[in-house]
Amino acid sequence: MAVLFTVVVAGPFLANVFFSLFSWRGGRAPLRWNGVENYTELFTDAEFWLAFTNSLFMIAAVTVVPTLIGLLLAAMLFDYLGRRFGAAAISVLRGAYYLPQILPVAVAGFIWAWILATRDGALNAILSAFGPEVAPDWLGSPQLAVYAVMLMLIWLQIGYPTVIFMAALERIDPELYEAAELDGAGWWSRFVLITLPQIRPEVFVVVLTATVAALKVFAPILILTGGGPEGSTVVPSYYAYRNFFELSRVGYGSTIATVMSLVIFVVAAALLHWQRRSDEGVAR
Amino acid sequence: MSTAQAVTARGRTPALRGPVRYLVLALAVAVALVMVAPFGLLVLNAFKTSADYSTNGPLAWPEAFSLDAFQGYLARVDFPVALANSVLSSTLVAFAAVALALISAYAIGVGRIRSSSAVVAVLLVATMLPHEALIYPLFYLAQATGTINTIWSVVIIFTVFHAAFGTYILASVMGTIPKELLEAAAVDGATRWQILWRVLLPTLRPTLSVLVVFFFIWTWNEFYIPLVLLGSPDSHTIPIALSTLRGQYSIDVTVINAGSLLSLLPTLVFFFLFQRTLSRGVTAGAVK
Repeated sequence: MAVLFTVVVAGPFLANVFFSLFSWRGGRAPLRWNGVENYTELFTDAEFWLAFTNSLFMIAAVTVVPTLIGLLLAAMLFDYLGRRFGAAAISVLRGAYYLPQILPVAVAGFIWAWILATRDGALNAILSAFGPEVAPDWLGSPQLAVYAVMLMLIWLQIGYPTVIFMAALERIDPELYEAAELDGAGWWSRFVLITLPQIRPEVFVVVLTATVAALKVFAPILILTGGGPEGSTVVPSYYAYRNFFELSRVGYGSTIATVMSLVIFVVAAALLHWQRRSDEGVAR
Repeated sequence: MSTAQAVTARGRTPALRGPVRYLVLALAVAVALVMVAPFGLLVLNAFKTSADYSTNGPLAWPEAFSLDAFQGYLARVDFPVALANSVLSSTLVAFAAVALALISAYAIGVGRIRSSSAVVAVLLVATMLPHEALIYPLFYLAQATGTINTIWSVVIIFTVFHAAFGTYILASVMGTIPKELLEAAAVDGATRWQILWRVLLPTLRPTLSVLVVFFFIWTWNEFYIPLVLLGSPDSHTIPIALSTLRGQYSIDVTVINAGSLLSLLPTLVFFFLFQRTLSRGVTAGAVK
């Protein structure tokens, strides 16, 4: 395992950092020492900054929105429906929410590329039933495209937090809710004062894993927009891919990938640190 | 307090009675319908002829049940080969990665590797690495070893990736197994192998089965690395075969729909077969 790990993970990662210090067109082309120039170029590269801004949109679509929807959905299902309509109904609903999660992301991308198509896509066909003149150019407009991608990612992601939170709610002690009810707390205050603090560990895991995933989003961009229109939906992973395999700027691509890894580590470490601190806060 | 009492106690709240509950039910079902709608649309349009699609649009019921689109997809993509590649590579990775993870975790948790927590931390960091930061060197490695354009490159890479994650999980699960159990076995004269095989394996079986199912699905769905390493059609996996349609604007929407439907069918079958293991796995992973 140690050998395999070195060959397949650690070695390539170090090699990638090494390449990031060179100007290299890949293959047999000569490696030219570039020092930190790739990095200085990166920090003044408008496309790179746009890619990272788009990463924030990806975090909104993969972490923020699905976590909020998942929390509400899970709490509603558990409080209002679970006891009344039985486990079978709940598991059907849960299955429906989770289904997009197991799809190959390439397949999901193709489905949505068609749903969002401007001329004969399903979404615009539905919209035209309400108003015949409405036909937004979802994937073709630089202003809209990133939101169109977000729409797909939200759809893809909702099942994950929902399923985890539904399981988390099972282990909350019902007596807590009873005590709150006796004190006259309504649904919302019970949700905020009991549910949220009780399932905090799960919320944290979801936020951490989803944020790391959001920073790595690749396939939806490649399939839905190819980074366009007018480069408006480029994300770091896609920008690295283009430099590696389309522009033959391997050194620069390696630089992007290295910076991307660093950002992911820093974000993950920050989240872990934040969790530890708030844990201590609760213990006190 | 028993669950039954809890149910009655909670059912007594006014908010849980009356119309609110049905409103919530309607909302939950509406969300479920939105989630499933794309699949419905996909099925609806996969069985149309392209003429039917262009005259009646994506929302109409098919005029006639047609398999043209599927034939169109099968003419462009060698689907049986892609299916075989996907099944073979995912199965190999799932079992090899779990076996490798089990042995590594055993070495870390029970054996005598020093600074085991540092090893586990490194493995955890590795699972967060973006594949972009590994792809170019891996590309060269695959070329140098002649495994490029064969599923073996992907099998080896994902076996190691998933084994790293599996080692992390199994090491923490092994930590919860009482030491006395292993010591008793050792006192009875069991060798290290026998302890692993007879004592640990049965205890870990639920975790192992969850890992097998997840590694299978992850490998099956993997996109980035196979896209780069599996260039030749005879090595394509199902997602990569489908992605060859990308950017070919002359292709009918119905063909793309048929291809998407064919590509997600195996996943769907798998989903229904292993639904219980899956939901157990998702939720178990969350507490770790």
